[in-house]
Amino acid sequence: MKYVDEFRDPVKAKMLLKEINELVEQIDICKTRPLAIMEVCGGHTHSIFRYGLEGMLPKEIELVHGPGCPVCVLPMGRVDDCVALAEMPDTIFTTFGDAMRVPGSKKSLLQAKADGADVRMVYSPLDALDLARKNPDKEVVFFGLGFETTMPSTAFTVLQAKEDGIKNFSLFCNHITIIPTVKAILDSPDMQIDGFLGPGHVSMVIGIEPYEFIADHYKRPLVVAGFEPLDVLHSIWMVLKQIAEGRAEIENQYSRIVPDEGNDEALAAVAEVFELREFFEWRGLGSIDHSGVRMRKEFVDFDAERKFVVPDIKIADPKSCQCGEVLKGVIKPFACKVFGKACTPETPLGALMVSSEGACAAYYQYGDPDRLRELEKGELEKA
Amino acid sequence: MNKPADISVPKQPRKRGKVSIKKVSLAHGGGGKAMRDLIDDVFVSQFDNPYLSPLEDQARFDLNDLAKFGDQLAFTTDSYVVDPLFFPGGDIGKLAICGTVNDLAVGGATPLYLTCSVIIEEGVEIEMLRTIAASMAKEAASAGVKIVTGDTKVVNKGCCDKIFINTAGIGVIRNGYNLGAGNAVPGDVILVNGLLGDHGATILAARGDMALDAPIESDCASLHGLIKTILDICPEIRFIRDATRGGLATVLNEIAQASGVSIEIEEDKTPLRTEVKGFCEILGLDPLYLANEGKIVVVVPAEHAEKVLSAMHGHELGTGAATIGAVGDWDAGRVTMRTVFGGRRIVDMLVGEQLPRIC
Repeated sequence: MKYVDEFRDPVKAKMLLKEINELVEQIDICKTRPLAIMEVCGGHTHSIFRYGLEGMLPKEIELVHGPGCPVCVLPMGRVDDCVALAEMPDTIFTTFGDAMRVPGSKKSLLQAKADGADVRMVYSPLDALDLARKNPDKEVVFFGLGFETTMPSTAFTVLQAKEDGIKNFSLFCNHITIIPTVKAILDSPDMQIDGFLGPGHVSMVIGIEPYEFIADHYKRPLVVAGFEPLDVLHSIWMVLKQIAEGRAEIENQYSRIVPDEGNDEALAAVAEVFELREFFEWRGLGSIDHSGVRMRKEFVDFDAERKFVVPDIKIADPKSCQCGEVLKGVIKPFACKVFGKACTPETPLGALMVSSEGACAAYYQYGDPDRLRELEKGELEKA
Repeated sequence: MNKPADISVPKQPRKRGKVSIKKVSLAHGGGGKAMRDLIDDVFVSQFDNPYLSPLEDQARFDLNDLAKFGDQLAFTTDSYVVDPLFFPGGDIGKLAICGTVNDLAVGGATPLYLTCSVIIEEGVEIEMLRTIAASMAKEAASAGVKIVTGDTKVVNKGCCDKIFINTAGIGVIRNGYNLGAGNAVPGDVILVNGLLGDHGATILAARGDMALDAPIESDCASLHGLIKTILDICPEIRFIRDATRGGLATVLNEIAQASGVSIEIEEDKTPLRTEVKGFCEILGLDPLYLANEGKIVVVVPAEHAEKVLSAMHGHELGTGAATIGAVGDWDAGRVTMRTVFGGRRIVDMLVGEQLPRIC
């Protein structure tokens, strides 16, 4: 495929890997412990596993799979709220596909659908608005989910609904924001991250300026990265280069998509519709200040949380889950007590097993990179 | 023993009923005249053959005739509930024949006789049933199988989605064949007969939920001819399976587990249409798990691989055939893929339905 294959060129990958190996030689930290680089975004986690990147990297580099999978960090209580909304009479509950399987305390949306609720998968919030137009006798609730990447499309949809005077459309807003969460991870006492791959699509909206504090205050390099395998390798190379040269800066590898200043129109729509919540609950990480948004009071008619009664009960994460430690890079997924035993993709206990972008689901599905590295080594020895 | 000569062929063909109304009603499943008329007019007239037309409660075969084809009877069943009923490259009727024919053929059987049971939702247009039955008759004729017995039920509106079809099939396996998922040994080679994922992508696109148009057609086809061709030139083939629901990845995992071997495939050798790749990129799907309805996975001893591959290339349903990987002894039950990028990943069984990712 044109404009895709170019970013998957194995020859260029070999050249980059050679340079990555040379940089690792120059970095002192690598002599005592693995250098930890966190990819914040679940999209990167997916690419890393999909293309087997971790197994190609030298063992001195450890990739820590961060909190940037909005489905993964959705707390159980919010899923229960979704189910309650979906089970209201005369309601069509619309959601992105991968939120369907997230377990609530009693059931997932998929199970609610099996029990008779009208839950429909949509590909865009505009599809949900269309459903509202076509079903004037039903309330259509859209489950708004995701970081700054999906926030603008939800905001534009709400603005459209208001302009068209649509009365039977509302948003259950669970949008979250990445910066406070990265800050919470950096402030965590057991944090050990040496550099970051910044989220590409979030940055397309917010630009790169909001990350400056990571370099200024925490002295960690961050490179906003694209999602093709060469993008990821190139960004890792850029992080290593900064560390080798003793720099900590915010750089933009994904400049073909991400303007440094972000997208003004998208940001304006988001600011018009949403305001920060005091705090938001994250699965695995607990409550984080100012990490979620709600709708402004001008949009109360479109706010499912105000229009209807949602249970809004906080449900603690299962005690056995160690998602928080995995998210912060303290342990690897395999080291979790319930990994692959009580917690599997069929019956996920913890957040990270739910979506294919979650670190644990990726390990479960695509394999332990160390083990794959052994296979590689065995083959080299044979040859 | 005397042959019960022509027991199933009555001397005077009975007069067949006709349906005069436009839509199916519950009366058509009631067992009376309306049902008889529907069966006669829509199904028997299309499937017409001496085993079916007397409408006994069972079709009757001469065992000696069957034995001419081989020494083992193969028997299979499958139900078809595809949505939408009509899609580019096929429809539920064609699928109901191909699917069952293929399930027989992959075991080395010559497919011979099929059943046809339909569950129809009240209110369905008779004309649509005719189209589906005609499609079944056409595919059965081209596959050389006869539909010899069947059943018709009508259920209340909402109790099924327009029409569900079940076909069971009987075939006969030629002497000496014992194809099985447990036969693969390290060193064997994995072949497929062409581009993967077309059917799954077509159905998803045809559903219209994704608001995506893709110029893709289902690969829905009866594969017994291709399978006979390769088994004729290479009886040493270890195993053949059609990669239907769950796609290539599922079949490979089944082989790896049943044989206690590892399998590694090469991403850049796995044949995929650019449109299917693009479709999967956009929706966040993995084409290895997309359904096929005209693709087989073949496990062959390495020394015969070239011969089988070129035989596939010589058949119209195998022009895109390729060697995609090999059987190894790394980790029993594991399937891995060497990615286009040079990395390696595990290809596991699919969990649940493949759902699109959101970002």
